[in-house]
Amino acid sequence: MTSDGIRTFTPRSIISSTVSDSHTWNLIFMQLFLEEMGHEVINIGACVKESLLVESCLENRPDLVVISSVNGHGFNDAMSLIKHFRFVPGLERVPLVVGGKLGVEGVRDVGFSRRLIAAGFDAVFAEDELDKFKEFVTQKGLRAAA
Amino acid sequence: MRRSEGISFGDYVEEANQAGRLVVQPRMGFCDPDLMRMGLIGTKDADATTVGTLTLDSYTRTGNHEAAERALEEGIRLNGYPIVVHPRSRSLEMLRDVHGPAFPVQVRHGSSRPQDIFRALVGLGLGATEGGPVSYCLPYGRTPIFEAVDNWVESTELLAEAAGEDFHPHLESFGGCMLGQLCPPGLLVALSLLEGIFFVQHGIRSVSLSYAQQTDPAQDEEAVHALRTLASLYLPDAQWHVVFYTYMGVFPRTSAGAAMLSEQAVRTAMRAGAARIIVKTEAEAHRIPTIEENVRALEAGASVGAQTSRAEERPRSTSVLAQASALVEAVLTISEDVGRALPRAFAKGVLDLPFCLHPDNRGSTRSYLDRYGRLQWLTTGNMPISPAPSTAAPKRLATDDLLFMLHHVERLYDTKARNRAAGMTLHAADL
Ligand code: B12
Repeated sequence: MTSDGIRTFTPRSIISSTVSDSHTWNLIFMQLFLEEMGHEVINIGACVKESLLVESCLENRPDLVVISSVNGHGFNDAMSLIKHFRFVPGLERVPLVVGGKLGVEGVRDVGFSRRLIAAGFDAVFAEDELDKFKEFVTQKGLRAAA
Repeated sequence: MRRSEGISFGDYVEEANQAGRLVVQPRMGFCDPDLMRMGLIGTKDADATTVGTLTLDSYTRTGNHEAAERALEEGIRLNGYPIVVHPRSRSLEMLRDVHGPAFPVQVRHGSSRPQDIFRALVGLGLGATEGGPVSYCLPYGRTPIFEAVDNWVESTELLAEAAGEDFHPHLESFGGCMLGQLCPPGLLVALSLLEGIFFVQHGIRSVSLSYAQQTDPAQDEEAVHALRTLASLYLPDAQWHVVFYTYMGVFPRTSAGAAMLSEQAVRTAMRAGAARIIVKTEAEAHRIPTIEENVRALEAGASVGAQTSRAEERPRSTSVLAQASALVEAVLTISEDVGRALPRAFAKGVLDLPFCLHPDNRGSTRSYLDRYGRLQWLTTGNMPISPAPSTAAPKRLATDDLLFMLHHVERLYDTKARNRAAGMTLHAADL
């Protein structure tokens, strides 16, 4: 690790949509965003079933898993995902976050974050919280020179 | 004029068009039947020539009806109307005395496996819907394209076979939207037309072809003309019209910016001879719009439409028609049967969408915004067209360029709105 806390290894992250969400520009954006923080990114794409995500995590052993959803079903889909995800041997501790437009009301629902974190997510981000996300990645020691 | 008995979406639009009125339509969908009914009534009663919309939710779109049912039980709000899960009687009640000859309702979904949806809508007496084997596949998940084609053949034929004296199927291609943004017009026009031909080949007699507003009004007008030219050529025996979509990409964040972009959409649609427009609301960038926001957008659209005339002259032709024709011909050369041709065309890269993550899309093409703000090809991969020679084209696209392009329209209209509010004088060219 260099003096400014920036690691010299290449962190690997997985970006994935939820099972019901077909939006992809958000995934492309998050990929670029993480690549700029020095990550090697595996972008699984849209409408990802739990089994596909789990398989990809076990195969690639990511340092970070980012779920991105904007279709308004994000909270519900992330809740059903997390029920199984954390029980998969090997995935109990992998850093897992979710963000985007998670409900259909447009307003930030604090209940969403609380419940998702209680269920096993490490962090939940509203659509305008990219700075907070960057901080999270840095704090986890997952920021490298791009 | 063809005047059929019963409810005919195609005839309704044709009549309005002949009377010089643009049909306006929302993108509306709520999970609660009572709210959905109120939304339809609001649309019907709006001061505008309207048709109604039932937009379906993402679970129904992906065939996950159990998830839709569970969400309803748990009181979780969905992003649309779950037409398969709500009991038929409930949906009939929702449509009662609303859906009729004077107010046809269309079902909009986004499903690559739409058989259940088609059965449900036919069961409700709804003859008009939307989609296509490519446009409801590549932007909507990971279903292999050859499977989507089979599903769409089955569904289209199911709808066509239900035709009767008072049931008139109408299918709209979503091919003019493709990912919502950054796809050059030539490919959008080609896809919309090809899906129109596909519907007709599977027994549908009334279709609409779509084109979504992109970055430059003149280029958009040219594209609508190209689509109309090709439709007359390739669909001589079908009833058809062009439907224009208000911008489908990243929307302005301010209400005023959203309104200005929407007004431009209506002007382009009207000038270029589209018969129907799908509006968006000021909530677009943020959340699912309310009924009131939808009604306001419909009325604003109708009012701008009434103040705009069809353009006397055709727009200057650049390359849209030539590109679209070349793509259509190349696909029909693979097979006259469009359903067979499409998966092969994507496998060979004869059709190739820029920025599309679907596994069956080659991904060897890229687009860019030229210095006039028009969408152009940077690389065309294996497609039978070439990028226009330009010294201004960037060598490659950097991260920042992509983000710049994605936010171009949003930034342009939010800035215009801010400048207008600040009372700044704008040059005509900026408007
Ligand atoms: C383009 C688009 C589409 C295209 C998508 C094509 C594709 N394959 O991507 C098409 C037309 C196909 C489409 C379809 C649908 N769409 Co859409 N779409 C849009 C639109 C216009 C732009 C999205 C976009 O390109 N954004 C660009 C990216 C870069 O920005 P972003 O997605 O907002 O992501 C940012 C933030 O959210 C945040 N973020 C995202 N993920 C994460 C994760 C983390 C960890 C962090 C920190 C941040 C973060 O950072 C990003 C950069 O700022 C938006 C409205 C808008 N924004 O203008 C609607 C919108 C997202 N769509 C919406 C909906 C509902 C749908 C549909 C369900 C249809 C419907 N009922 O209206 C279907 C989806 C079907 C499905 N199975 O899910 C709604 C969502 C409503 C909500 N959440 O309340 C929106 C907001 C429109 C609206 N107002 O109704 N859509």
